[in-house]
Amino acid sequence: MATWTWFHKLGSPPHVYRIAGRFAPWFGWGALLCIVYGLFGGLVLAPPDYQQKDAFRIIYVHAPAAWLSLSCYTAMAVAAFVGLVWRMKIAHAAAAALAPVGASFAFVCLATGSLWGRPMWGTWWEWDARLTSQLILLFLYLGYMALRSAHDDLQRADRSSAVLAIVGVVNVPIIHYSVYWWNSLHQGATVMKADRPSMPTEMLVPLLVMFLGFTLFQLWVLCTRLRAEILDRERNARWLQEQLREGA
Amino acid sequence: MTAPTQTGLQVQGVHLWRGERHVLRGVHLDAPLGTFWHVRGPNGAGKTSLLRVVAGFLWPEDGKVVWNGQETRHLGDEFGAQMACLGHEPALKADLTARENIRYLVGLRRAVTDVELDAAFSRLGIAEHADRPTRMLSAGQKRRAAMVRVLLSDASLWLLDEPFTNLDVAGVELFTGLLAEHAAGGGVVLATTHQPIPAPGVRTLELA
Amino acid sequence: MNAGEGTVPTGMLAAAAATFRRDVALAFRRPGQMLQPVVFFLIVTTLFPLSLSPQLSQLRDISPGILWVGALLSSLLALESLFRADLEDGTLEQWVISGQPLAVQVLARILAHWTVSGLPLVAAAPLVGASLAVPASAFGTTMLLLGLGTLCLSGLGAAGAALTLGSRRASVLLSLLVLPLAMPILIFGARGVDLAILGEPTRGPLLLLSALTILTLSLTPWAAASAVRISLE
Repeated sequence: MATWTWFHKLGSPPHVYRIAGRFAPWFGWGALLCIVYGLFGGLVLAPPDYQQKDAFRIIYVHAPAAWLSLSCYTAMAVAAFVGLVWRMKIAHAAAAALAPVGASFAFVCLATGSLWGRPMWGTWWEWDARLTSQLILLFLYLGYMALRSAHDDLQRADRSSAVLAIVGVVNVPIIHYSVYWWNSLHQGATVMKADRPSMPTEMLVPLLVMFLGFTLFQLWVLCTRLRAEILDRERNARWLQEQLREGA
Repeated sequence: MTAPTQTGLQVQGVHLWRGERHVLRGVHLDAPLGTFWHVRGPNGAGKTSLLRVVAGFLWPEDGKVVWNGQETRHLGDEFGAQMACLGHEPALKADLTARENIRYLVGLRRAVTDVELDAAFSRLGIAEHADRPTRMLSAGQKRRAAMVRVLLSDASLWLLDEPFTNLDVAGVELFTGLLAEHAAGGGVVLATTHQPIPAPGVRTLELA
Repeated sequence: MNAGEGTVPTGMLAAAAATFRRDVALAFRRPGQMLQPVVFFLIVTTLFPLSLSPQLSQLRDISPGILWVGALLSSLLALESLFRADLEDGTLEQWVISGQPLAVQVLARILAHWTVSGLPLVAAAPLVGASLAVPASAFGTTMLLLGLGTLCLSGLGAAGAALTLGSRRASVLLSLLVLPLAMPILIFGARGVDLAILGEPTRGPLLLLSALTILTLSLTPWAAASAVRISLE
C-alpha cells in the first residue's frame, strides 16, 4: 500500500504546485545557460559547412525543436494515459499544459525548415518527408487543443482529449513511416540530414548542448504552465487560498 | 472468488462534484433486496445524479456503491446486466415499431419470445400499438413501451428517473403496481419523482 | 420476482449481430439519407475536372488523388451522426448497461455504418473512375482499395465521432481530428490506385492498407467505447 500512498501524494495538487515551483528556476536558468552557450558555439565558433555554408546553422534551432515537438506529444500521451486509467487529475493538467508547448515547437520546426529551404531548395516549402510529417504532427496538436476547447465541462474535456492523445500517439509512427514511404516514391533521398555521422566535434557539441537547453526550457515552461493550470483548476480550494494568503 | 451475498444495494458516503458544484454531499442508502425507494428532493438536489452514480455512468469523487457485497466499479459489465434503467429518454427509434425496439433492447440481454413480448405489451396496456412505428405513439405510450423493456429485462435492480412523467392517472397506478410487485418479489427499486408514490411500504430518501 | 428465471442470456456475438441488423434496417428505412454520401462523392469528383481541365490525359494522372480525397470527405460526412442520435435518445446508456462489452457493440456499429455508407461509395467508384479516365482494368483493385480505406476510416471516424459527442461545432471538429490520422490511408490507397492504372503489381499497397485496417479496427473500438462512456458522464 506504500507505493499507492506515494502515488497519491505525487498526484496531489498542493504537492505538485510546490515541487514545480521549486524546480522551475533551476530549469529556467539551466536552459538559458545552455541555449546561450549553444547558440554562441553553433553560430560563431563552429566552422561553416563545406556544402551548405552558413545555412546549415539553422539546425541548431531546427533539430532540437523537431525533437521536442515529438517528445512533447509522447509525454502528453503518457500523462493522458495516467490520467485516464488512474483518474489522476493532475496528469490531465500536465497534458493540457504540454499541448501548446509541443505545438509551438512543431511550428518553430516548420518555420525554420522553411527558412532553410529558401536558400537550399530555392523555395519556401518543399514536400520533404521530414517537414510533411512535422506538419501532420502540428495538425494533431491543433486537433487536440480544438477538442479540449470544444467541451464546456473540464472533466469531460480532460478525459476526451486524453483518449485522442492516446489514439494519436499510436498513429504517429504509422504516419511518420507512411509519409517517408510516400516521399521515397516521388523523389530521391532528402537533402537535409540532421544525423550525418561525419559531423565534426566543434559542430556537434553545440548541437548537443542545444538539445539539452531546449529540453530544460521545455521543463521550465511545463512547470510554469502546470502551476498556472493548478491555479486555475483549484481556485476555490482551501490549500491554495491559504498558500496565497501566506504570500508564498 | 466467494459467492456474492444477497445484501442488495448500498450507497456509502458518496460525494459528487460537477465542475464547481458539490452535488451529492455524502449520500448514504441501504437498500436490501425487497425494498422500494422513493428518492425525493427539490430541483437540482442531485436525484438524477444519484441514479447515474448507482448505474455507474458517473464516478463519485468519494464513497462507493456496493451491490450484493461487491463494489460495483469492480463488477463491470456483469453489474449492468443486473440493472434496468428508465431515463428521461425512452431509447426508442422513431422509425422502428415498438415491438422491434423492445425486441432489440431486451435481446441484447437475453433471448426473448413473441409470447413474452405480447404478454408484456398487454400488461402495459399498449398491445394494440406494439406494431406501429414508435414515431406515431404518444409520449405516455412511449413511456409504457420503455417500461416493457424494464419489465422484461431480468434485472433485479430497477433505476427509474421520473417514471411517471407523461402518464395518465391509470398509468401512474399501473406503474406503481409494477414497481411494488418487483420489490415484493425480491428486487430493489429506486425511483425519483416529485409526486408521492401511492404504494404501501415505500421508503423515502430525501436529498437536500 | 425476475420475470424469467432461467432465460437464456444473449452471447456477445449474437448481441453484436443484432446491433448490426438493426442499424442496417434503420438506414434502409431512410434511403434518401443513406445515399447522401454517394451523391456528395459524385459532386465533389465533378468539381475537379471543372476546376482543372477536361483533358482526360491530364485527369488520369491525378485521378487517384481525386478518387481518394472525394471518398474520404464523403465518408467523413456520414460519420458525424454515428452516435449522436443514440446519445440523445438514451440508446447509448442502454448499451453500457446491457451487460455486453461496449467495444464489441461499437465494432458492430462501425461495420454497419460501413455497409450502408462505405459500400455505396465503392459501388460508385467505377462510375467516377470512368469519368476520370481510369482504365477498366484498374476498377477491381480500385474498388478493393476503396473498400478497405473506407472501412479503416469508419474505424477512425467512430473514435472521432464518439470524442466529439456533447461538444460544440462537432462536424468541423470531427474533420480536424480524423483527417490528420487518415493520411496513411490516403497515401497507401492513392499509391495503390496509381499502380493499378499503370498496370503494375499492387500487392504492396494492398497489404499495407489491409494491415492498417486490421490494426485500426482492433484498436479504435476500445477508444470509441471509452469516449462513449465519457460522453455519458
